[in-house]
Amino acid sequence: MNAVVYVPRDAAALSVGAERVATLIAREAASRGIDLTLKRNGTRGMCWLEPLVEVEIGAERYGYGPVTERDVAGLFAADFLRNGDHALKLGRVDDIPYLASQQRLTFERVGVIEPTSLTDYVEHGGYEGLRHALSMQQHEIVQAVTESGLRGRGGAAFPTGIKWKTVLDTPTQQKYVTCNADEGDSGTFADRMLMEGDPFLLIEGMTIAALAVGATQGYIYLRVEYPHAERALLEAILAAYDAGYLGPDVAGSGRRFDLEVRLGAGAYICGEETSMLESLEGRRGEVRVRPPLPAVKGLFGRPTIVNNVISLASVPIILRRGAEFYRDFGVGRSRGTLPIQLAGNIKRGGLVERAFGLSLRDLLYEYGGGSASGRPIRAVQVGGPLGAYIPASQFDTAIDYEALSGIGALLGHGGVVAFDDTVDMARMARFAMEFCAIESCGKCTPCRIGSTRGVEVIDRIRYGVDREGNLRLLEDLCETMAEGSLCGLGGLTPFPVRSVLRHFRDDFLKPPAR
Amino acid sequence: MTEDFRDILKDILDEYLQVPGPLLLVLHAVQRRLGFVPEDAVPYIAERLNLSRAEVHGVVSFYHHFRRAPSGRHRIQVCRAESCQAMGAEHLAQHAQERLGIQFHETTPDGEFSLEPVYCLGNCACSPAVMIDQELFGRVSAERFNALLEALDDDR
Repeated sequence: MNAVVYVPRDAAALSVGAERVATLIAREAASRGIDLTLKRNGTRGMCWLEPLVEVEIGAERYGYGPVTERDVAGLFAADFLRNGDHALKLGRVDDIPYLASQQRLTFERVGVIEPTSLTDYVEHGGYEGLRHALSMQQHEIVQAVTESGLRGRGGAAFPTGIKWKTVLDTPTQQKYVTCNADEGDSGTFADRMLMEGDPFLLIEGMTIAALAVGATQGYIYLRVEYPHAERALLEAILAAYDAGYLGPDVAGSGRRFDLEVRLGAGAYICGEETSMLESLEGRRGEVRVRPPLPAVKGLFGRPTIVNNVISLASVPIILRRGAEFYRDFGVGRSRGTLPIQLAGNIKRGGLVERAFGLSLRDLLYEYGGGSASGRPIRAVQVGGPLGAYIPASQFDTAIDYEALSGIGALLGHGGVVAFDDTVDMARMARFAMEFCAIESCGKCTPCRIGSTRGVEVIDRIRYGVDREGNLRLLEDLCETMAEGSLCGLGGLTPFPVRSVLRHFRDDFLKPPAR
Repeated sequence: MTEDFRDILKDILDEYLQVPGPLLLVLHAVQRRLGFVPEDAVPYIAERLNLSRAEVHGVVSFYHHFRRAPSGRHRIQVCRAESCQAMGAEHLAQHAQERLGIQFHETTPDGEFSLEPVYCLGNCACSPAVMIDQELFGRVSAERFNALLEALDDDR
C-alpha cells in the first residue's frame, strides 16, 4: 500500500517535536516495509494538538495528535494508516469543531498544502487572483481592494485600497511595494504561520499590489526571530522566479516585479511603518514625522505601499472571488475575516479565522476551552503589548475594530492573550512601561523618558510611596505619552496601563508578590 | 585587524556595495561570519559605504540583534513577553539564570552559553517559548529546559 502522511514543518509544530516525529514515522514505515510518502505541511493552527499527524485516505485526511515520539510505534501498531483506533485519534480533521466552524479565506491553504510546492499552490486556486488582476486596469484593481472593505491587518486598520490609490496617483518612475513582516506583538503569530504555511500567497498578493500601482520592486521586511519563515519565503521566491511569476515578465504579462527578503534585527519599533522604511534603507529604526506619508514619499523617497503580511495575503482572494464576496463577511465597518490568534493561559491556543463579530467570550470558551491552568480567566490583552487589558465583565464585546475601540481597547494585529486569576495586573502595567522603555527608538521625549519614569512611578505606587499622588501622576504621564508621542509605541503604551488603572486598580494597592 | 578578518570584511562589502540601503545586510553578514560585529570593523564599513563612523556605530548599537562582543557557543533566548508570562515565563527565566549561573545578557565563564531575553518568538500558542541558536522550543517547563541543555552538552 502507498500511504500518505502529513507532519507539519511549521515552527510551532517543530518547537514541540514534529521533526523527531516525522523522522520516526519514516523509519518505522521503512522497517515495516510500508511504502510511505511523508509530506510536510504548515500548521492547521490547532496548536494544542501539535504535532498533529494526518493520514490521507482517498480524498479525506484523518488526524492524530498531539503525537510525541513515544507514540509513533503505537500508532503503527494501531494501524493509523487505515484510520485505526488510538487514544490520540481525532477523526476527520475538517470535522474538528475548532476548524469546522471557522471561515478560512486567507488561511484556506495553510496546513493543507505543502507550503513551497508551487504545483500544490496552483492546484488549490493559487495565482487565480493574479490572473484576474492581469486582465484589469490598474485603477480597477485598486477599486476592487477598496470595495472589499479590507483594512490594514497590521494594527492601524487603515483602508488598504485608499493607501494603494495614493501610490497609484503619485506619478514617478520608481515605486515600491513593501511588506511589513516584523510581527513583534506578543500573542501574535498569524504572519509567521502564513509565511511558513502558504508563502506563495504573500508573493501573489505583493505581485498584485505591484501591478496595481506600477511598482517594480518589492521588499519583505522580516523579523530576524523568524528563521523558519525566512527559509519558506526564500524557497518560494526562487520557485516563483523559476516559473516566471516573478522577474522581468510576470506570468507572461511583460511587466516586471522583483522581490527580496530583508531581515530586521530585533527592534520592535521597526513594525511601525516609517521606522521599517528607515531600517530597510539601512539606518536606525527611528520613526519619521508624517506627513509626508509613505504612499507619497516612502522607501528611498519614492511612493511606497507598506502593508502587513495578512493585508497583502488577503488580496488574492479578493481578486479571485470578487470584492463583494469578501465584503459580505463581517459587520459594520469591519469587513472580511480576521485571523485571531489565541494564546497565553488558554487550553486550546491557536489561530481562528472568522468573520469579524465573534465575541471574546465565545473565542475564549468555545474555541479556547478556558484557561490552561483550569483557573478562571481574569483578563485578556487584545492587540499586543500596546493593547488594553479587558476584564471578564467585558468578555461579551465583539471582536471588531469599532466594538473594541468603544470600550477603550484596540484590535491591533488580532492577538488575544489570556491570563488566569493569579496574574498581578499592576505588574503587567509596569511591564508595558518597561517594554516601551526597552524598545523606544528614542526620537521623541514622551516615549523615551516617559516610559522609564512610568516604571519608576508604578514601582512607587506598588511599594506604597504616596499612592494617591503617584496614581495621579501616572494618569498625567499617560496623557502626556498618548498626546505627545510621535508614533504608536509611546502613544499606545498608555492603553494597557490605563486599562489596568480602570479595571484592576486594586492590584496597585497591594504590595508586589516578590 | 588580522589578514583573514580584513579579507572577510572586504568580501562582504564587495558583495553588498551595489545593493540599495546595504548597511543592515552588511552587519548581518559580518555577524554570521564572525559571530559579532567587532569595533574594528566599524571604520572600514563606514569608509566603504561612504557613511560616518557615528552612523555605523549608531546602527550597530540600535538593534538588539547585533552583538559587539563574542557570545557563547550557544545563544539561549528566553521569551519574556506577555503570552509567555501568562504561562510562567518569569519562573522559567529565573530558573534559566540559576541553572546557568548567569544573569540575562551574560555568558557562562566556559564560553558555552549566552542568555538573552527576547520579546516574542511568535510561538505564543505554545508558551512559554525558548530559542536556542536557530531552533525554537515551545511548552518549555524547567525540566524541559534542563533536558534541552543536557542535549546540547551531549553534542560537545
